Amino acid sequence: MAEGTAKAEDRQFIPISFTLNGTTQQTQVEPHELLIDVIRNRFGLTGTKRSCDVQVCGACTVLVDGRPMSSCTTLAFEARGHEVLTIEGLAKNGKLHPLQAAFIEHGGFQCGFCTPGMILAAKALLDQNPEPNREEIIHFMEGNICRCTGYKKILESIVAAAKILRSPGR
Amino acid sequence: MRRPEALEIFQPASVKEACQIIRKNGPGGHFLAGGTDLVIAIKEKGLAPRYVVDLKRIPSLSGIGENPDGSLTIGALTTLREVEISPLIRKKYPFLAQSAAEVGSIQIRNRATIGGNMANATPSADVAPSLLVLDTKAKISCDGEERVVTLEDFFVGPGKTVMKQDEILTELIIPPTPAGLRGEYMKFSPREMMDLAYVGVAVALALETKTKKCQHVRIALGAVSPTPMRARKAEAILLNQVLAEEIAERAGEEASSECKPISDVRSSAEYRREMVRVNTKRALLNAGLGSEPISWLERRDKRY
Repeated sequence: MAEGTAKAEDRQFIPISFTLNGTTQQTQVEPHELLIDVIRNRFGLTGTKRSCDVQVCGACTVLVDGRPMSSCTTLAFEARGHEVLTIEGLAKNGKLHPLQAAFIEHGGFQCGFCTPGMILAAKALLDQNPEPNREEIIHFMEGNICRCTGYKKILESIVAAAKILRSPGR
Repeated sequence: MRRPEALEIFQPASVKEACQIIRKNGPGGHFLAGGTDLVIAIKEKGLAPRYVVDLKRIPSLSGIGENPDGSLTIGALTTLREVEISPLIRKKYPFLAQSAAEVGSIQIRNRATIGGNMANATPSADVAPSLLVLDTKAKISCDGEERVVTLEDFFVGPGKTVMKQDEILTELIIPPTPAGLRGEYMKFSPREMMDLAYVGVAVALALETKTKKCQHVRIALGAVSPTPMRARKAEAILLNQVLAEEIAERAGEEASSECKPISDVRSSAEYRREMVRVNTKRALLNAGLGSEPISWLERRDKRY
């Protein structure tokens, strides 16, 4: 690997433009930088949590073009030209998203560390499938792990939010 | 946790350009498709790529299409989620959609590509047995030259394929299949989610209309040999026979004896062999005698 390590002087910077929580952002990233680090450290959005760091726990879930992805194994430059949504982008004009409100009302979290990922994954599910059955919710949420094991309340919160989101006049 | 170290990124606009980058820059290069395996290899397994060739800017490498002759083409950059939810695949080969749905999590399937999954040649890859029972072919490209090999020959060993360093898997081709083909994929892993298959069994059958004899039989196994494999001796037992419990049992025994499992952290070789016997039988009976089609989530719950 003698020739394998890039020297500091020939560091490569990639200019990227992407949408972060509805705002267009322009920045430069190095090829090896991870999306989670750019979101947390450069943009200060620490709602995206690092836990397992190997894409099996779901805590670092963000939505890229509406699809849940693990930001801990996504290279930052891959966000170029895409829309990234983190938990900070969910509330509108100070009003919580129905999923956020439902998680509060139905006790959908205990320590809260998995919650941003849970809510974002659930949002992607309900955007695609407004009326999922229990099995469909469980299958979609398989990649989001809660160490407090409050799954029953999480399931109830998602079902309740789905109902609100479907209600007429919304 | 190890963080990725500095590396150089290339973003070619064509397959030809991608091959030329590898030829020009030599060893230490890795292709990037979904990235779900590559970044894990960097973080957990000490992989230190000198440079990475991102294939995602190449148009025409993704998408699922049906050809006039009934064959399907699946672009290498098609994500496993796209395979899972494709109306075309769900209709023609629901067990293939199901095997894609059994991989990792939604977060992984939204990025992981079917081409990357095959090119990494993990023996336990869930879609591999399903693709093998469909006689899938792999199209490989390099610098304008193309060649097509059967997926069975594509795999050489764990993590090894027939591709040379500068070759790229561009497409998977599922040839036309017999009318009325029924299939099943059965993943065995003690955790039903976010786990690798300890044993994977896929079967595909076509029955003669009047006699109900098996005219076409394919059985493929995952995680029980250095590569995903066809169980040809087990297939031969069923050919031109009427499927029933006893003959399915014999096919299971044959599959169990022709697989070559190893013992590892997940399971002993003996246990894998036993589960091949049991699940080959179950998969055959489910596929052959299955009455009403039900969703795979329901099937999964009724599996054992």
